[in-house]
Amino acid sequence: MSVLARFLAAIGQAVIAALAGVGRVTLFAAETISHLARPPFYSREFLHALMQIGWFSLPVVGLTALFTGGALALQIYAGGARFNAETVVPSIVAIGLTRELGPVLGGLMVAARVASSIAAEIGTMKVTEQIDALTTLSTNPMKYLTLPRVLAATLAVPVLVAVGDAIGIMGGFMVGVGRLDFGAATYLKTTVDFLETWDVVSGLIKGAVFGFIVALMGCYHGMNSRGGAQGVGHATKRAVVASSVLILAANYILTEVFFST
Amino acid sequence: MIELHDVHKAFGANRVLRGVNLTIDSGSSMVIIGGSGTGKSVALKCILGLIRPDSGTITLDGQDVTKGDRDAFLARFGMLFQGGALFDSLPVWQNVAFRLLRGSLGRPKAEAREIAIEKLRRVGLKPEVADKFPAELSGGMQKRVGLARAIAAEPEIIFFDEPTTGLDPIMAGVINELIREIVVEMGATAMTITHDMTSVRAIADNVAMLHDGVIKWTGPVADMDHSGDPYLDQFIHGRAEGPIEAVR
Repeated sequence: MSVLARFLAAIGQAVIAALAGVGRVTLFAAETISHLARPPFYSREFLHALMQIGWFSLPVVGLTALFTGGALALQIYAGGARFNAETVVPSIVAIGLTRELGPVLGGLMVAARVASSIAAEIGTMKVTEQIDALTTLSTNPMKYLTLPRVLAATLAVPVLVAVGDAIGIMGGFMVGVGRLDFGAATYLKTTVDFLETWDVVSGLIKGAVFGFIVALMGCYHGMNSRGGAQGVGHATKRAVVASSVLILAANYILTEVFFST
Repeated sequence: MIELHDVHKAFGANRVLRGVNLTIDSGSSMVIIGGSGTGKSVALKCILGLIRPDSGTITLDGQDVTKGDRDAFLARFGMLFQGGALFDSLPVWQNVAFRLLRGSLGRPKAEAREIAIEKLRRVGLKPEVADKFPAELSGGMQKRVGLARAIAAEPEIIFFDEPTTGLDPIMAGVINELIREIVVEMGATAMTITHDMTSVRAIADNVAMLHDGVIKWTGPVADMDHSGDPYLDQFIHGRAEGPIEAVR
């Protein structure tokens, strides 16, 4: 086989492997969703996942939003000064946070915290035969482990994004009023006047999609982990990388869909 | 009665099962022996449907195990896993009563807890253990909890995967005795996989030797020592010399 043929074969193999991976993830997602319509539903596991993913992610998402809002206000002020447009700070901070930075940074923070945790937990269960044990105890692992986590993340991340938006705008407000000499009432009025409902809603929809991606990747890589501690480590790493990249890709696609003219 | 007929299973190029034929009579205790990596666990998981065989048939009381109501099929089984496979996030009693807290065998919580404590007592554990988490227990205690979970719903068939691996000889003896007592008491069909010959003599009615993906010998435990089979002979006496290669 010539060098060129070997090169093309290697590319072909990589493409086939990638497509097979996409197919496996798609089937996994379809099976997860299909369990929504088929009882039983494990509400206790769902509520537990809601607490773990939603409530316990609040500090990290809130702090991220607070500092991002503050930094954004400083950057927009400095950039706006070049065009004598410093007054746009409140509106750009609000729009930038609700449409983009709130959902994306919130999603990435949840990916780091939750996808890794889910993949490690389910991966450990896989390699210690706990998943097999569930099956022998007449309990479908997809129904018991995957569906509650995916559903909880899909519902919890938009709420986290909404809270993050509010905290981020507050961060911008604190910097705007404290450092950039904006009047408090003016800052708030400008924020409210320029912010549209769709700015917020589009960010919440993004949050739901990102939550779905994070939990799905955590569960998928956990369920497919092999070997011992090293296998669980690889599964955790793959879950975080895959969910982060997919969040950024999905963000671009959703932005195209929502805002392209 | 469980019957395996010409069961094959390969993982890539590794042909683990190459035509397994085996019959386990109802109410009997069958122990499958063989070296590490000879496919004992794979055979067991094929019966439970955790792994799908490439070819061959497995029947339970004449019914193909891959067909019919899966929940009803699994409800007939209990299983003790090699490492216990206890759920870390649940206290001991909820591990034991897992099947009793959900699904078709579901009971009220208080009743399930009572049954769990009774089963823990049956395997020699005090009621105080019920509220501990698996990580707080020793290896031997985890095995006993696993055994209690396996028998909690009083299954007709119980599988034991390497029940004494990792235990000291005294604890291994305790587990062996418990398994024998429970199987006799419940009248259950038992299938155990192990390479611990002490376990074999304590637990088995019948023995099957799996090597190179096929059953090399099967018969009553009493015939094991004078079978005339060179594979079985080498294995039970732990000789390095013989038809089984020491390094596989």
